Amino acid sequence: MADILIRSVVKSYGRTKVVHGIDLDILHGDFVVILGPSGCGKSTLLRMIAGLEEIDAGEIAIAGRVVNELEPRERGCAMVFQNYALYPHMSVAENIGYSLKIMGIRKVERLERVTAVARIVGLEEFLDRRPAQLSGGQRQRVAMARAMIKEPQVFLFDEPLSNLDAKLRVQMRIEIRRLHRRLGGTSVFVTHDQVEAMTLADKLVVMNAGRIEQVGTPKEVYHRPASLFVAGFIGSPPMNIMKVGSATPGLARLASGATLQMPWLDTVPESSLRLGIRPEDIELVAPGTPGAMEMPVEFVEELGAGHLVHGEFEGAEFVVALPGAIEVVAGGRLHMCFPTEALHMFDAVSGLRLDGGEKASGLSSGAVREFA
Amino acid sequence: MIERTPLLNFTTHAILIVGLVMLLLPLWIVFVASTHDFRTVNTVPMPLWPGSHMVENYVAAWTQSGFGPKMLNSLVMAIGVTTGKIAIAALSAYSIVYFRYRLRMVFFWLVFITLMLPLEVRIVPTYAVAANAFRPLQVLLDVFGMSWLLESVTGFRLVLPEWSLLNSYSGLILPLIATATGTFLYRQFFLTVPDELLEAAKMDGTGPLRFLFDILLPLSKTNMAALATIMFVYSWNQYLWPLLIVTDPAYGTAVMQLQRIVPGPLFGEPPRWHIAMAGTLIVMLPPLLVVVFMQRWFVRGLINQDK
Amino acid sequence: MSGKRVTFKNLWLAILLILPQLFLVFTFFYWPAGEALYWAFTLEPPFGGEQQWVGWQNFETVFADPLYWNSVKRSLLFAFSSTALAMGIGLLLASFVDRQLAGYKVYRFIYFWPYAVAAPAVGLAFRFIFAPDAGFVSAINVWFPGLWNPALDGFDAMVLIVLANAWSMVAYNFIFFLAGLQSIPRSLVEAGAMDGAGAVRRMRDLQLPLIAPTFFFLIVINITDSFVNSFGIVDITTGGGPARATDLMVFKIYSDGFKGKDYSLAAAQSLVLMLMVCALTFIQFRFVERRVHYS
Repeated sequence: MADILIRSVVKSYGRTKVVHGIDLDILHGDFVVILGPSGCGKSTLLRMIAGLEEIDAGEIAIAGRVVNELEPRERGCAMVFQNYALYPHMSVAENIGYSLKIMGIRKVERLERVTAVARIVGLEEFLDRRPAQLSGGQRQRVAMARAMIKEPQVFLFDEPLSNLDAKLRVQMRIEIRRLHRRLGGTSVFVTHDQVEAMTLADKLVVMNAGRIEQVGTPKEVYHRPASLFVAGFIGSPPMNIMKVGSATPGLARLASGATLQMPWLDTVPESSLRLGIRPEDIELVAPGTPGAMEMPVEFVEELGAGHLVHGEFEGAEFVVALPGAIEVVAGGRLHMCFPTEALHMFDAVSGLRLDGGEKASGLSSGAVREFA
Repeated sequence: MIERTPLLNFTTHAILIVGLVMLLLPLWIVFVASTHDFRTVNTVPMPLWPGSHMVENYVAAWTQSGFGPKMLNSLVMAIGVTTGKIAIAALSAYSIVYFRYRLRMVFFWLVFITLMLPLEVRIVPTYAVAANAFRPLQVLLDVFGMSWLLESVTGFRLVLPEWSLLNSYSGLILPLIATATGTFLYRQFFLTVPDELLEAAKMDGTGPLRFLFDILLPLSKTNMAALATIMFVYSWNQYLWPLLIVTDPAYGTAVMQLQRIVPGPLFGEPPRWHIAMAGTLIVMLPPLLVVVFMQRWFVRGLINQDK
Repeated sequence: MSGKRVTFKNLWLAILLILPQLFLVFTFFYWPAGEALYWAFTLEPPFGGEQQWVGWQNFETVFADPLYWNSVKRSLLFAFSSTALAMGIGLLLASFVDRQLAGYKVYRFIYFWPYAVAAPAVGLAFRFIFAPDAGFVSAINVWFPGLWNPALDGFDAMVLIVLANAWSMVAYNFIFFLAGLQSIPRSLVEAGAMDGAGAVRRMRDLQLPLIAPTFFFLIVINITDSFVNSFGIVDITTGGGPARATDLMVFKIYSDGFKGKDYSLAAAQSLVLMLMVCALTFIQFRFVERRVHYS
């Protein structure tokens, strides 16, 4: 079974530490997506699994074997690169079959296997072409076929879709997912695109500044972000974050004085707090409703299916996502309330999520609307 | 861009045509002179239209100077320098770019510094080595005690044979390979090859030699063509070095021969310019043809190598 | 030096690959350079025997010799005038070809030809063209008897070799200037046109400043090349004469060392020349490359 076990892995370039001791278990058959902003160390982690970067400290084991000292070809991984990295002077067939050639597999068998793989990705008619004669999507398929032909236990994807246009990206996303199910290996996919991450992942790993912020299913990560960073990174537009002026058990008071019910808040921590709410979780109420909060509307972004209302609230930029049926105009006022179960509370210093554990887990009652 | 500047356009054409005449006129005069007989070529002013003695002048120039073997020597030299340079430069640039070891930068600078001094500038000391090209290595071995070490361990004293470069093809070829031009060109090219290509190859299981021969060298084809044209012209046109290293006419090159076909009172002969110009044209023709037919590669190579 | 993200670690293979180059560079570059240094500070006794250490004596002899200073002066005159001529014409032709009017490809194609011609062949051709009693220029002497004679007049001889060298270098300068001009983004020139600058104005205000790096690079290359090429041209046309008017440095080193067999004196002169060329290259790297930016 091709489990990948990562234990306290560290990587530095000179004096800059880029990966600060990562632990992660990737189980056989999983489709794991590592998501994070550029420079967070996600590609470095992937390349350490592949064997393209040295591991400075810690251990990586693939299928029960520590691979720290193994050459890339000895690890049983295949990789799809961001810019495809096809050999420009070789035909599609030669590109796909090159690793078999190196293994010393005979031409007849090679051709058979190349044709078989090419059929899966729909490239049969292009086997004699050069990479330069292919479209972006086709090149992407060649790169995938090249990875598949070795029948690896582990597929590594390094932002493979970021060079494609938006439409093709959606299509390839679905194909990658389909191939994963069909081939049944373990896949590790690195991206900075959260939609890609959410739609592909069985298990989502959010990284920031060389550390793992959260591991969970896309749903868990979206609905229960483990830290301020995840809350701000996942979701488009991102979660609104408000300063908490003071808090008492069961109650949080915003800086402006508005109070919010926090039934699960039993003990109030010493440090300052932040409250978060997703733009799409905010509800509109009639003016004058008790507890209603007011926000002047600065401008409205039309999205077709809905719109994003921008304004200032609690001294910071604030976004409310509304369905298309509701009319809002710039210069007007928005009366809104925050459902208790949609509020996320964080420690401002550590950035970590604070909540009542099980009590808050059933939140959001299906009111999630995606605007991405 | 739409711009109506008739005056400037006229000037442009005028200047470009004057430039063309300036650059081609000398070649034309050489050609015209090589087609007239002795008397006509020495008339003042000389005719500017070709005469009828072309064939006999060229036959005379060719046989008098023995251009057959001379051209062959030049060809051997040019091809030797070209292929040697292409091979050695590719290997050393590969070592410098694709391997990581402590001496890498030292080696890089050792090779790079040779760009600063053309052969003509350091001609005297280079000539001194030619008598025995192994002497530097022998001294190096002696000084670093390696011969002593070998002798005390095996009882065998390592003495490299004397290797004289005078009057030999290796003497014509090797010193011209010993500069960094090609290495630099390859290095520049290797640095533009995407990193992912090596990474993909590593994932595919290639080792260093396989990567060089299967991927890197096939990708360098255009650079090799560029380097080949430059080196061919450069080595064919060598003059001072062959003049020093060759005393035996059997190894004489075509360009060297120019010194012998200078006509003039120096030898108490009448100036036989028609033959001399025919010889000049014969000597300059091979590199000229290379430049005319391979200009695209040539220019690309020149420009990449120096930036 | 930017390197590769991923490399090989096979040390012995790496050294094996670079060994042939190192051997050649050591044998034909570093060793001779060291040997020149040794010779420059030693003398061979007139009746044979070991080389004797003489300190700066060779240099003193060289620097005290008016003939040496003559050759330095002539070399610099030759270098600067042929560089100015070749670069000026090269730039002029390149900037007009860059306008890309009809037929510019033909010019671009043919302008490069002279670069293929060997220096001594250029010399021989120019010797004929500029001969006082035959060839092309001699017509002048029909109208003004005795006006032109490079075999007797030192100034005429210098003009002859400068023209020959400039002719063979124009092509190289042309190619580099053209490449420099064409690397300027088209949109930049168009922006200049939108700002109301005419073609000549754009050349002066935009294109010339932007190819400054090419300009400085070419100065160094031209001067170095004028040392290198000069031997072939001088040896065939003037032989250093008349009256040492064209006795350039490389030619003098050759005649002192190989004709006069005075290696120590030639080595000392070589060393000075090597230092001069190195200094030029150093200036290029140190000051020019830093001050002007390639974009």
